[in-house]
Amino acid sequence: MIVAAGPVIPNFGRGSPCEVNNGTFCTDWVRAHWSDTLQPALVQHIELALIAVAIGFAIAFLLALVGLRVRVLDAPIGYWADFLYTIPSLALFQLLVPITGITVLTVEIALVSYTLLVLYRNMVEGLRAVPAEVIESARGAGFTRTQTFLRVELPLATPAIMAGVRIATVSTISIATVAAFVIPKGLGYPLFIALREDVFKTEIFAAGALAVALALTADALLHLLERALTPWTRRVRHA
Amino acid sequence: MATQAAELVFDEATKLYEGREEAAVDRLSLAVPAGDICVLVGPSGGGKTTALKLVNRLITLTSGDIRIDGTSIMEHDLTELRRGIGYVIQQVGLFPHMTVGANIGTVPRLLGWPKQRIALRTEELLELVGLEPEDAKRYPAELSGGQRQRVGLARALAANPPLMLMDEPFGAIDPIVRMRLQDEFLRLQHELRKTVVFVTHDIDEAIKIGDRIAILREGGRLAQYDTPAAILEHPADEFVAQFVGGDRALKALALHRLSELELRPVAEADGAPRVREDTTLRDALARFVSEKSEVLLVVRADGTPAGAVAREDLLR
Repeated sequence: MIVAAGPVIPNFGRGSPCEVNNGTFCTDWVRAHWSDTLQPALVQHIELALIAVAIGFAIAFLLALVGLRVRVLDAPIGYWADFLYTIPSLALFQLLVPITGITVLTVEIALVSYTLLVLYRNMVEGLRAVPAEVIESARGAGFTRTQTFLRVELPLATPAIMAGVRIATVSTISIATVAAFVIPKGLGYPLFIALREDVFKTEIFAAGALAVALALTADALLHLLERALTPWTRRVRHA
Repeated sequence: MATQAAELVFDEATKLYEGREEAAVDRLSLAVPAGDICVLVGPSGGGKTTALKLVNRLITLTSGDIRIDGTSIMEHDLTELRRGIGYVIQQVGLFPHMTVGANIGTVPRLLGWPKQRIALRTEELLELVGLEPEDAKRYPAELSGGQRQRVGLARALAANPPLMLMDEPFGAIDPIVRMRLQDEFLRLQHELRKTVVFVTHDIDEAIKIGDRIAILREGGRLAQYDTPAAILEHPADEFVAQFVGGDRALKALALHRLSELELRPVAEADGAPRVREDTTLRDALARFVSEKSEVLLVVRADGTPAGAVAREDLLR
């Protein structure tokens, strides 16, 4: 097991009576350690998740283009993404560390792997669900293949693609806490420290709540983005 | 491509699909004069939609040629060819993510028209097909089936193409709205004078819409190509006679109006029921039956008597 190095003195071994008694939630600890512990961990967490989803999106997009063009490859790509998704994260870290070391790279490879399944499947399904007559009328109107893809197929697949991005983002934010087993980064790190130090409740609750809040905020923002990108989905005939 | 109507010629046009013995379109040769509506009609498997899609190369010719104003479709750049041909399909195929206005402006945008010109053209087309200017901002999902098909027609007309391909454009629309769309389309065509290839499986629609009708039979072979009247009055063979139906004599009556007849003196219709001179002979016959009358008084649009018509006049 790879374990990141932590501070020698437990966080709650000093400070206010609440902290010393390991009370359920000590707001003074949160206030005192926001800028040196929680805020940096939150920023690192956002970075880890953002990079993972962005790279995952790019890879899944390329794979989807291949899977759609070369039909026989769709199933193998899907199963491969399935397989990656089923590897437990801790096991994957163990497999990767000998190759990529105790680095951000190791963590990102794992996080990216977990985004591929949902992103790939949603992209392929979304693009495949574009009605044939819409594509035919685009071709008939004189769109080139690329224009048909960019101006018709991609916009129409956006709801499905965005659904995939939202699931991938929320699950990556959740899984990224496990990164602390490899590197001292992200909201998993304060959690990890607090668990090691005889379960310091305040730090666990604070870091956990931040992870949940981050996931919900990201989901809400992506929902707004999806609405902005797909105005037509909310208009139906009122007759 | 010119904005005037174009002459369209099928020259031994053939489509063979690999692994299938029978051709989808078999050495189809016919000429559509500029400004005419040619209806392709026939049973399913007759290759009418295939023949249509050969023209804008959504399906590629196996052999033979198709020429627009003398130039082979194979010599045109593919996208330019398509941008110069209006295309309307049964399922309409409007872009659901674009407003009605953006749908109509599709080809002008591809052709790089300035925004102002596209906006003016869109407004003009909405009026032409009987939609409101406000409809430009709506999405296809907000429209009825009939309205969508109007938008589909406007989109195909946007860049004023000399040739229109219409694949069962009114096929998915209820009969009453379909009749209205057919009438409006004919009124439009009277103004615009496009060359139109129109696919339908409905012989009545073919007779109503077509200047000329091409009847295709199984295996994509042309059974007869002629005016509606000639096909009804002189079907080329048993297949055509069967396809146009046992009531073809009645259908032929629908092609003529009372005003085309040599009428009897008004005096012969003293006290007889009145009928307008633009009534078709078929409807006039129905009047004879329903009025149980031997003679009808034919009147002009302004109500003044034009003459008399007797039942036996229609049967000649």
